[in-house]
Amino acid sequence: MNPLPGSPTPWRRVRARRGGTDTVFRYAVRSAAAMVIVVLVATAVFLVQQAWPALHQYGILSYLGSDRWAPSEATATGRHPNPYGIAQFVYGTAVTSLIAMVLAVPVAVAVSLYLTEIAPGWLRRPLSGLVDLLAAIPSVVYGFWGIFALIPAVRPAGVWLSRTLGTAPVIGPLFAGPFFGVSYLVAGLVLAIMILPIITAICREVFATVPTADKESALALGATRWEMVRMAVLPRSRSGITGAAVLGLGRAVGETIAVTMVIGNNVLSITTSILGPGSTMSSVIANEFTESTEPFHLQSLMVVGAWLLVIALVVNTVGKLIVRRTGEDIA
Amino acid sequence: MGAMARKALAGLVPVVAVALVATGCGSTNNVAGGPSGGASSTAGADFGAQVCGSGYHAPHFPAPFGELPGGARTLSGAGSTFVAPLMSYWTKTYSQATGVQVAYQSIGSGGGVAQIQARTVDFGDSDTGMTPAEQAKAKGPVLQLPLLLGAVVPTYHLSGVKSGLKFTGDVLGKIYAGKIKAWNDPALTALNPGKKLPNEPIAVVHRSDGSGTTNIWTDFLSEQSPTWVHALGGPSRSTGKTVAWPVGIGGKGNEGVSGQVNQTEGALGFLELHYVLAQNSTYGQVRNTAGRFVQPCVATVTKAANGATYPAVLHRAVIDGTDPNAYPITGTSYALLYRSQTDPAKAAALVNFFAWVLSKGQDLNANLNYAPLGQDLRKPAVDLLKRVTVNGKPAVT
Repeated sequence: MNPLPGSPTPWRRVRARRGGTDTVFRYAVRSAAAMVIVVLVATAVFLVQQAWPALHQYGILSYLGSDRWAPSEATATGRHPNPYGIAQFVYGTAVTSLIAMVLAVPVAVAVSLYLTEIAPGWLRRPLSGLVDLLAAIPSVVYGFWGIFALIPAVRPAGVWLSRTLGTAPVIGPLFAGPFFGVSYLVAGLVLAIMILPIITAICREVFATVPTADKESALALGATRWEMVRMAVLPRSRSGITGAAVLGLGRAVGETIAVTMVIGNNVLSITTSILGPGSTMSSVIANEFTESTEPFHLQSLMVVGAWLLVIALVVNTVGKLIVRRTGEDIA
Repeated sequence: MGAMARKALAGLVPVVAVALVATGCGSTNNVAGGPSGGASSTAGADFGAQVCGSGYHAPHFPAPFGELPGGARTLSGAGSTFVAPLMSYWTKTYSQATGVQVAYQSIGSGGGVAQIQARTVDFGDSDTGMTPAEQAKAKGPVLQLPLLLGAVVPTYHLSGVKSGLKFTGDVLGKIYAGKIKAWNDPALTALNPGKKLPNEPIAVVHRSDGSGTTNIWTDFLSEQSPTWVHALGGPSRSTGKTVAWPVGIGGKGNEGVSGQVNQTEGALGFLELHYVLAQNSTYGQVRNTAGRFVQPCVATVTKAANGATYPAVLHRAVIDGTDPNAYPITGTSYALLYRSQTDPAKAAALVNFFAWVLSKGQDLNANLNYAPLGQDLRKPAVDLLKRVTVNGKPAVT
């Protein structure tokens, strides 16, 4: 940032001369940036502070060590067993997010490949716009759609799965019936559609960073379109795709209302079957905070919230780091 | 204008009432009653000899005392969601008639108790009586006025089966405990001879949020079903706004339960009566302590309060009346207000509003398929209201 040689006015003096408005501007943007950090830290401090009485009562580890959430069994003095086990919520969050990833990542990669490599030029922009619009649909609308359209549509498949795979050895418990619609599976399906736009958007940017020279070299060597994608595009984008997937995961982990509407809200134990009703960390908070009247009930919901914040921060940070490693700070 | 509109609305009620001919089923009772919704949803249902739908008469309670002068123009309240639809109907009608604005926040009974304890509202509302511990945290003695009667109703979704399936508390308790799993269980077919109940699993639906509706439902199950109490681990755990549901699907709010039941073949859930009728859902009849199967409707719900005693009702969610024609899963909701008021204008406005709710307001209940308080609960509510004091002197003289 040195002034050009022979320049009559060094840049420091330029800044000084603009004095007033420049200073105001600098402080304005600086405090805006600081506010982001303050809000994040304040949220974390608030959660831990609110959760503290419950953590003190039952111990931090007893929360993750139990999968039974039964607020009605809490008493003002009882310490053991902890009636607020949260392992089933962590499990539910993990399983629904996993189902969403398994379904959404391949589709998102395919969509972005089509958009960047295959689609005719006139179609790329409108199609990209449509995919981005999926992100604009409010969460609660996805929930409605899940209940009234998706569940009736997948019911025959779910019943079929429970009657065939559900009785198979080893994997049977994963698909055990009865299937009533609301389930981990449907929650995962809804999440898959909700995280599709963010994964697609990042993959699209990642694929666009592949040097044209690489692609043209492959084509010049006689590669077909598919071979070019396989040899030139995908290998360079592997970490970018991973990062996109992890950022999608970050969205799936925290999604609340749509999941609450279609997951069935069983809080009493881990449901092994993906066709059965369960709950996630965010769904239990959404369901119970309005009437959390039992001893340590609200505080225990804060514990769930604190753990959710930790998981979401870790997932999002990992995602950003991986995407950054591709050399393009897209996300 | 306001008074005329009220009369017009009240006049509509008997017009839509329909008289059905009794067919003489031994164990079912004949109860006259039922307003608008009751009549329309009875059509096509299979309630045997029930005649919910004719002969309901609004109670027309007289004003308990003359209007107090110098009342404030605004009041604030918060609490139960159970009472919220009717509360907003009351407050709208009241403000049209008197110009007094009553703002009610529907935040749940727990919130209503917390806000009256903190005295951030003029009145709270809770579906259960405040416990001694809750009252100890309040800033002075709290009066708890029953305001209305509402029913919680078993609702189901079975293709080919109309409204009117018969249930007992014990059978419902066994279903909710996960002991009865299929619709063609002998216990259900024995109660419903001649009905084709399929060999399908029962999709049990319950509330996923804490709720006064849950409290009334589980109180009834606990009273009637030892299986339910045992499955939940004892009487202290089997009743409450939240319980550890052993089986089933959770739906958030009445609308969540209603959505799940309507979308799921083989589902059984519980809903407030006005919700069932508004959604045109299929619903059952329940056996009461007198051994009769009773269809829920405004008339049978009002009868639930006959013989009920105050303050005994404060300790139970289910109103325990003695009328043989009463629908058994019935509860009330309590307005919570401080007996010792300090602001004369607020006190006068509070007393005037609740005096109106307990007289003219009760005639509106049936329009939303809530039931008016019976005389046995209305009288103690009026007596409580007369105990309000302003700086040590009775507000009502």
